[in-house]
Amino acid sequence: MSTSPAMQFLAQGAQMFLVLLIAPLTVGVVRRVKARLMRRQGTPLLQGYRDLAKLLRKESVVAENASWLFRAAPSLIFALTWVAAALVPSFASGLMFNWAADVVALVALLGAARMLLALAGMDVGTGFGGIGSSREMMIATLAEPAMMLIVLTLAIAAGTTRLSGVADFFIAEPLAVRVSLALSLVALVIVALAENARIPVDNPVTHLELTMVHEAMILEYSGRHLALVEAASYLKLVLYLSLLICLFAPFGMAPAAAGIGGWIVGLLAWTAKLLAGAALLGVWEVSIAKMRVFRLPDFLGIAFIFGFLAILMAFLTRGAVQ
Amino acid sequence: MYVQGVALGALAVVAALAAISGRSLLLAIVYPVTAVAAIALGVVDLAAWLGNAGFAVVLPIGLPTIGLHLRLDPLSAFFGVVINGGVLASSLYGMGLDRAKELTPRVEPLFPLFAAAMNLVLIADDAYAFLFSWELMSLASWALVVAHHTNAENRRAGQLYLVMAVIGTTALLFAFGGLAGPAGGYAFDTIRTQAPTPMIAALVLATALVGCGSKAGLIPLHAWLPLAHPAAPSHVSALMSGVMTKVAIYGFVRIAFDLLGPPAWWWSLPPIVLGAVTAVLGLLHAVFDRDLKRVLAYSTVENVGVIFVALGLALAFRANGQPAAAAVAMAAALLHVLNHSWFKSLLFLGAGAVLHATGRRDLEAMGGLIHRMPRTAAFFLVGALSISALPPLNGFVSEWLLFQSVIAAPALPQSALNFAAPTIGAMLALAAALAAACFVRVYGVAFLSRPRSVEAARAHEAPLMQQIAMGGLALLCILGGLLGALLTEALAPVLKGLVGSGLPNAGTGPTPFSLIAFDATRSNYDAVVIALFVAIASGFTLLVVHRLSARRTRRGPAWDCGFPDPSSAIQYTASSFSQPLRRVYGAVVFSARETVVMPPPGDLRPARFSVVLIDYIWTTLYVAPWRALLRLSEYLNALQFLTIRRYLVLMFVALVILLSIAAVTI
Repeated sequence: MSTSPAMQFLAQGAQMFLVLLIAPLTVGVVRRVKARLMRRQGTPLLQGYRDLAKLLRKESVVAENASWLFRAAPSLIFALTWVAAALVPSFASGLMFNWAADVVALVALLGAARMLLALAGMDVGTGFGGIGSSREMMIATLAEPAMMLIVLTLAIAAGTTRLSGVADFFIAEPLAVRVSLALSLVALVIVALAENARIPVDNPVTHLELTMVHEAMILEYSGRHLALVEAASYLKLVLYLSLLICLFAPFGMAPAAAGIGGWIVGLLAWTAKLLAGAALLGVWEVSIAKMRVFRLPDFLGIAFIFGFLAILMAFLTRGAVQ
Repeated sequence: MYVQGVALGALAVVAALAAISGRSLLLAIVYPVTAVAAIALGVVDLAAWLGNAGFAVVLPIGLPTIGLHLRLDPLSAFFGVVINGGVLASSLYGMGLDRAKELTPRVEPLFPLFAAAMNLVLIADDAYAFLFSWELMSLASWALVVAHHTNAENRRAGQLYLVMAVIGTTALLFAFGGLAGPAGGYAFDTIRTQAPTPMIAALVLATALVGCGSKAGLIPLHAWLPLAHPAAPSHVSALMSGVMTKVAIYGFVRIAFDLLGPPAWWWSLPPIVLGAVTAVLGLLHAVFDRDLKRVLAYSTVENVGVIFVALGLALAFRANGQPAAAAVAMAAALLHVLNHSWFKSLLFLGAGAVLHATGRRDLEAMGGLIHRMPRTAAFFLVGALSISALPPLNGFVSEWLLFQSVIAAPALPQSALNFAAPTIGAMLALAAALAAACFVRVYGVAFLSRPRSVEAARAHEAPLMQQIAMGGLALLCILGGLLGALLTEALAPVLKGLVGSGLPNAGTGPTPFSLIAFDATRSNYDAVVIALFVAIASGFTLLVVHRLSARRTRRGPAWDCGFPDPSSAIQYTASSFSQPLRRVYGAVVFSARETVVMPPPGDLRPARFSVVLIDYIWTTLYVAPWRALLRLSEYLNALQFLTIRRYLVLMFVALVILLSIAAVTI
């Protein structure tokens, strides 16, 4: 069953709004699971939507000496993250614009959003903004080499850096459990934790603490600006969960021309996996303590070493096959 | 050809006139003339690059038996476009200099000479012409470095530059000697016909790497660069960093890919390894430095490293008979040459505007310039985002191509290269992340935040001509990013000459702007579609947010967790921004030591914080040999105060030794 370009276009558009719609719910699941495991009542699952709606309604207080960059950054950060999130295959691979960015470009899009956020953190000239920006950029320097190694491993395994291509490859060969891929999975999970400012790298719920990173950068934002920055961080979580699903658990994902029936199956599978991933994140976050900032090189070093071992394994197994 | 002659002649004449008269009117006319000459040369080069319409002549001047060979092929034409673009931007910037105060006979006459010398290097087609114009370029730039010679730091930079330039040229002399062979055919087309033995080829490669690498700033031959580039006036710094390093890269490409014949695979290892080390170390230096222009110079070192990695990969693919992958790596190198010339010129011109507006180069004395010089700040931001390799700007296009060629490297048959590939990829990713950190630091401390000195608080916007120069380069950075695929396609004539193939599937993507490294199923990047998506997404967001939200914005004091401090000293400084990186990387690479002296309570002395970084390359490869040389000359000094009897004994001993050597060997 093939699909017309119009349908393909609609599917791409649907994916774009789908990630946006599901993002606050994903964060809600993480929070809820965490709260329940801590024997707290917790916020309703839909609290993320309410937070965003409330922030949008409030007025924005902008520091007196803030520049245009400070005010322009939130919508750009949001747009960059949104586009990146919409380009990760979710319910179907090979959507209309899946070719526009491979995984290298995807990582760079997130890098652009991060750089803008770090710049915005420096804009007002407060101590907290600087501390957040400098630490965020330090964490990025630790995470990006590991990410590159993961990309390289996938490219060796699947012969492509296009996410749809990698997903198609793993759907076609689901049984080939490989050591190198398991190692990359661990590495990617660590990178994803760091990129999303989750425990143990950063704590998304702290304030007034010298350990905060992401929250320190966005401390000066309020109202609609804060809503956009928060929504971007929700989207980033969905993006990384989708990425993990797409690369390591793509079963159920519809191939490029599956049509509406296949898409709906894919959608259900993806939603279930996404929410399960969010729940796992919640369990992980209550079972580990936040690390000191200067222990992070060790933590992300694990990702790097696993990424490197994964490549070596990929070489070795490739040699054995040939 | 005639255009070249007239343009270079005009440059020489205007240089001579300005040098002889030294009147401010003649000094000021240097820049418009250079700009026009650069446009003429650039257009001819562009035509030759795209249309394959070069020339080759032998003029009966120069060395008696050789003559002067000049030739313009697609490779020199491409580099000509790079160079004349940079020269044009710097000349436009120069036209904005204050005629009464800022022109001196020490700078302006040398500027066109420098531009002409760089153009000459590109069209030189014999070793003599090449080395002559190379030396002319070195000397002109050296004189520009020491233009403000009253500053002791500049004199020291000039001295080191001169020493390194001499070492580099000597190495190139040997390289061309090896290429010319025993018969001494110094014309490039004679060199091309003879294949050197593997031993000679290795020596030529090593000497070319030293000669061109020292001019380009390849670690460990980089030490002069971060001192000399910032010492020159800012628009000359832009030329040296943005353009002269590219002439050095041209020299290496010319020798390694054109003159030296078919490569062996291990030729690729030195450029790849040195390039990767250069990329990371250059940025680690940049991210800890406080001087705005020196940070930019160190970042040039990094970019040169990136280009050398790409060149090394191209050599490896070419040696293994994989022209498509070689073309991808070579396209990455050439495109990065072009891109770096744009954004680095832009950043140096921006630094010049900042220096002029505040009189300071120290990052710790800046802050809040985005309010005082909004246009310069906007242009500088484009440059900072481009150099951090962020889509959809131009730096990312070359970075993407480079990553694609790294990803192709595991398919090479040599296991050394296989295992190098992930390391190189990780180091390049580290360099990219460090570049982003470095430029967040530079931009955040200099342009954002609050002024840290009176000078920064009183800064003023740059003159209109300088804004035009920076704006033009910023526009090029944006266009180069969006149209990167078309640019890459246009490189085909150059690539065919160097590696025998263009990008295999260029222009077959879903849109004309799709950049395809190997084929569309493997990897693809479409800057225009991405930019369009981001534009639509942000437009949509703004629309929705404005409809839904309160739309009210109130200006108030900064929040800062409830404890805002009006003092600007409370802000993060450049040194504090790099503290996490110093802990993580500096402690390993530079043995960074942070000392805090905290007086006991009641003591009125202020607390002191100091950082010590040790540059091991400088201490081991530069300082130690220099000390050894001094010590040796001290010992040998004793030889100058001997009695005549002892001198006679020395001569006799020398004679005996020489005779016995002769007896043994003959």
